[in-house]
Amino acid sequence: MASTAIPANQAPASTPKLNYLNNGHTLRSWLLTTDHKRIALLYLISVSVFFFLGGFFAMLIRLELLTPEGDLLQADTYNKVFTMHGMIMVFFFLIPVVPAVLGNFLVPLMVGAKDLAFPRINLLSWYLYVIAGALFLHCMINGGVDTGWTFYTPYSTVGSNTNVIEAGLAVFIAGFSSIFTGLNFIVTVHRMRAPGLTWDRLPLFIWANYATALIMILGTPVVAITIVLVAVERLFHLGIFDPRLGGDPVLFQHLFWFYSHPAVYIMILPSMGVISELITCFSRKRVFGYKFVALSSIAIAVIGFLVWAHHMFVAGISLYAAMIFSFLTFFVGVPSAVKVFNWTATLYRGSITYATPMLYAFGFIGLFTIGGLTGLFLATLGIDVHVTDTYFVVAHFHYVMVGGVLMGYLGGMHFWWPKISGRMYPEGWAKLSALFVFVGFNLTFFPQFILGYVGMPRRYWQYPAEFQVLNVLSTAGSSVLAVGYLLPMIYLLWSLKYGPIATDNPWNAAGLEWKTSSPPPTFNFDETPVVTWEAYNYDEIPDVPLEAPVAR
Amino acid sequence: MSKFLPLWPDQASTMAGQVDALYIYLLLVSGVMTAVIFLAVAVLAIKYRRVPGREAHQIEGSTILELSWSIIPFFVMLTFFIWGAVIYFQERTPPADATEVYVVAKQWMWKIEHMEGQREINELHVPTGQNVKLIMTSQDVIHSFFIPAFRIKQDVLPGRYTTLWFKATAPGRYHLFCAEYCGTNHSGMGGDIVVMEPQDYAQWMAGGPSAPLQETGKQLFTTLGCATCHRSDVQGRGPNLQGIYNKPVLLEDGRTVIADENYVRESILNPTAKIVSGFKPVMPTFQGIVSDEQLNALVAYVKSLAQPPPGTAGLQNQPAASPAQPEKVQ
Repeated sequence: MASTAIPANQAPASTPKLNYLNNGHTLRSWLLTTDHKRIALLYLISVSVFFFLGGFFAMLIRLELLTPEGDLLQADTYNKVFTMHGMIMVFFFLIPVVPAVLGNFLVPLMVGAKDLAFPRINLLSWYLYVIAGALFLHCMINGGVDTGWTFYTPYSTVGSNTNVIEAGLAVFIAGFSSIFTGLNFIVTVHRMRAPGLTWDRLPLFIWANYATALIMILGTPVVAITIVLVAVERLFHLGIFDPRLGGDPVLFQHLFWFYSHPAVYIMILPSMGVISELITCFSRKRVFGYKFVALSSIAIAVIGFLVWAHHMFVAGISLYAAMIFSFLTFFVGVPSAVKVFNWTATLYRGSITYATPMLYAFGFIGLFTIGGLTGLFLATLGIDVHVTDTYFVVAHFHYVMVGGVLMGYLGGMHFWWPKISGRMYPEGWAKLSALFVFVGFNLTFFPQFILGYVGMPRRYWQYPAEFQVLNVLSTAGSSVLAVGYLLPMIYLLWSLKYGPIATDNPWNAAGLEWKTSSPPPTFNFDETPVVTWEAYNYDEIPDVPLEAPVAR
Repeated sequence: MSKFLPLWPDQASTMAGQVDALYIYLLLVSGVMTAVIFLAVAVLAIKYRRVPGREAHQIEGSTILELSWSIIPFFVMLTFFIWGAVIYFQERTPPADATEVYVVAKQWMWKIEHMEGQREINELHVPTGQNVKLIMTSQDVIHSFFIPAFRIKQDVLPGRYTTLWFKATAPGRYHLFCAEYCGTNHSGMGGDIVVMEPQDYAQWMAGGPSAPLQETGKQLFTTLGCATCHRSDVQGRGPNLQGIYNKPVLLEDGRTVIADENYVRESILNPTAKIVSGFKPVMPTFQGIVSDEQLNALVAYVKSLAQPPPGTAGLQNQPAASPAQPEKVQ
């Protein structure tokens, strides 16, 4: 904590300026706010609640799997626990976390706007999220649901006797919250950019969120209608998915994955945007190949819609359909690989410092590389047949969705924390927790690749004894990981009161969000900025050593 | 396989070695890729760390580099695709000489029925060196038949057949898992695949008194009254079923379908779905009248009609005859 990362030439503001945080202290001023920054904080609180709830269920899963016998929980309870873990983490954490927290806060700031295009719809989206979340909690307390987060039919329509419809309704409503966020981002980016901020000057975080918003508004309605169809079959016994009623169970999988595969890009793309911001700032460099990185986000969003049936290679689709979907899946690998290569190339001849956000960026590259490459294993038909529905898949998607998304989120959270809170986080503790996250994550999920290839199926409450050692390793890792996730919550809250006061631009970063005060005023900029420079113009920003300690 | 810390599954089928070879290739390529990226990040991060007085050198990018690291990995990935597709093609194409076994899945057990009439629950005995084709369906929700030691897996769906084939190579007892989540006791819906030497298998098979599956089917065919319309001597009110299995059938709406297991099954449960050209939709449904096991027996019987009786060997390989003409076989 020796260095507080405040450059010597910028004195912190001495008198508290009117900003979005102190502009109104009543509960009403928060709950009826239309300020995108306050809404971002409301989202931050609510997604954090769900993250720790989902994490609690994850720990229950890991504890149950410590022994081969099903001894801690009953089978039905275990099935509900992994379903709750999946649904909470996917629908109530991973999908909203980066767009609704960091995106909400940063998109208007980064494009030089006063707010998002539709501030009231933005608030509505948070209320929908809260209603969905409350409904889901009610469903959970009321007995829960046991279909797995995938709602596969006909189990979800005729097999399960749990609260499938209520859980489905919660997901349905949460989907609208996501659609509204996407709509807001698209209109804001098109219509509200500051003068001079052309498309090729946009920060890559904006490109990534724009691509995400496209998926949100095009994909989410499909999963919404799919869930309605499940409810209709469950309630009225109309044959849609159940073959005994004349339906087709595989149809559900097509509809579900048509959204839920692109949904993994809803999760990962915004984090990729964060990583582009972090690597450029802490290398003091313009990103290598700006256009390729920007367009790769759009390419991922578009191709991501054409690969859904790679979840279904053993589900009973035709031989040739499987081959086409396998082939198309490799196309998604290209833009993802381009991003990793470009980030690495950005380091070349940079001037690199290892602040916590940069450590998370390195961690992201590491975990996403492993997650992405194991995705190629799953795209390869002959391998997928063996490893699909095993722990190999579990390890793969945790590497991408937890390793990738959370690394990006935590990196971004530390990077923009001075802007959000007006305070610096404690650097020493932050570095330590980044290390805990990285080590704990690998210890938790790497053994699961091996576990999957030797044949342990996923969603198993009990398992043959020979799988125990690898499961124990995984559980041990998860406790390290849990510490790594709890620490930031503690020291970030601590820093709200005790952290050193942040300057407007503690990292000497490019980007309009750093050209206003920390925390920003309610309408972001005192005067509308005019952009006359390219994105990441680090050659024009004074390269002040970040290590310079400041006497306080 | 080490029972303490297994790092690699047993290899017990002809497919296992092939899948493992591809897996090792993928591990090598992705291992090299990971090492290159990790090393590059580590070396660059250290070499270009901030040093007072040294500024970052701005580089716009390089189209040639971008194109090469887009296109070269894509060609590497194409090798994954092709190799993987070749294996998958084999996995999805059962050899013609395979012994058939019917599998009915239900929450939470596997019911197995051999053509010889032997029945098993949560166990499947198979000989080494013999191609075995599983014809599988589910009574309730989706299950998935997974044998890690054979590197194969196939979802088992209600309302239709899916198939899976293998040729076991090493005698032993191997795990059978249900790999598609199916409710409360999903993790208990497993069993054993018992691979035996052919002579041991023959002995095991001889142990049980039971009628061959197609015999059961033949009896059902009479008792359910199928034989009154589907006559074997002349065309009755329903199509003559002699030799139709696996042959193209011209439908009333002009389409042509292959009369495979799923077609026969569908024609029993939902007869009006695909009407054979020249016939009227007069057959009643047998949905709810026949169980999945009886259905399997009926399908096995219809399939047995495609085989020439002993003594006429060689006719099997005749080109597919038009279904409108009576088959010459028999």
